[in-house]
Amino acid sequence: MNQPRKAAALISGGLDSLLAAKVMLEQGIHVEGINFYTGFCVEGHTHAIRKKDQKKPKRNNALWVAEQLGIKLHIIDIVEQYKEVVFNPKHGYGANLNPCLDCKIFMVSKALEWIKANGFDFIITGEVIGQRPMSQRKETLPVVAGESGAENLLLRPLCAKNLPETLPESAGWVDRERLFDFSGRSRKPQMALAQRYGFEDYAQPAGGCCFLTDAQYSVKLADLWKARGRKQYEMDDIMLLKVGRHLRPTPDFKLIISREEGEGNFLQGYRKQFPSLRTISHPGPLALIDGKVDDQDIELAARLIARYSQGREAEQVEVEYTATNGELRSLEVSPLKPHEIPEEWFI
Amino acid sequence: MNRIELDCRRLLCPMPVIRVQNRVAELEAGVVLEVYCTDPGVLNDVPAWCRINGHKVIETRSESGLYVLVIEVGESE
Repeated sequence: MNQPRKAAALISGGLDSLLAAKVMLEQGIHVEGINFYTGFCVEGHTHAIRKKDQKKPKRNNALWVAEQLGIKLHIIDIVEQYKEVVFNPKHGYGANLNPCLDCKIFMVSKALEWIKANGFDFIITGEVIGQRPMSQRKETLPVVAGESGAENLLLRPLCAKNLPETLPESAGWVDRERLFDFSGRSRKPQMALAQRYGFEDYAQPAGGCCFLTDAQYSVKLADLWKARGRKQYEMDDIMLLKVGRHLRPTPDFKLIISREEGEGNFLQGYRKQFPSLRTISHPGPLALIDGKVDDQDIELAARLIARYSQGREAEQVEVEYTATNGELRSLEVSPLKPHEIPEEWFI
Repeated sequence: MNRIELDCRRLLCPMPVIRVQNRVAELEAGVVLEVYCTDPGVLNDVPAWCRINGHKVIETRSESGLYVLVIEVGESE
């Protein structure tokens, strides 16, 4: 008996990739999932950081999808390679710093490398024509197939009937008649198909699954690049952009101030990498200083953090400054008044 | 029994899952991997990954912010 053909499915954790993979399984294709971790994935991180979110059940939707489908999932760390996509997207950014089209091309090209290395026959994605304004348009779907190098090895089961035949179809591995012709932004066809397959409780992320599509996050990333004089980031930077209140009192430094206990605990882990401040005389937040500071800056930062402590109305608040080498300094400061904190300090 | 430790403290999901996945790929069936984590998300994600990929979580311990998962590596296909 012939071995079944093998497809690698790009699994984001959302409904479309779940359905695309299911359509292939229904046709007897051996499917394994690939999930790429860029560092900007909304999955996981922030849920783990904020204490108020910790009561919510946590699940990684890509793993959940794989379990629903009964397929293996390979999570691939592309954090380093992905930087080039973020810094120099050939096709530009979307509404924020989201390089969606370049991102999709990059992921499909990585999937192509993966199928070649692992003896798989083709790639499937949950893309639907017209579903997303940047990367999933009639004009851009061929761009993804072409520039990724996948060409006719890339099959989109949910909208295949609207697209030219791919190799899996023309070779008879997959029955084109049993594929779909979804198009447009409506989610109704997908929801109906999900119901037909008996999928419930699937993820429906409101703002997509990537922090780069988030306006506030993008502003913080742009500020980081401006402050450093170039487009650059490390993993810790992009994690810290997700946490706390960010204020930049001078071009040379910014403060990351925890908003609640969970964030405070998370920031604690960075006290050897960044100088930090905490209030001693009154309960209050923990703040990290990112950038270069002199004594005047430290005092200003201390007054600012005092403002966010329970001593905000007190005459004096004791603040402890800890350098990255562990050296401690105690400061007595008067908390800044709200009108002394210009709006433009908030990033 | 061959027991190996993996430090995933301070990593947030899915990084601990990726570390477990990559380490398990190097190990033979029957080896026991003890994973140390600080992100409570691992309590769901690592067992889910193990179920999908044919490995077994044989013990889970939580002690003051530290989560320890003990995994027995399954047969690879």
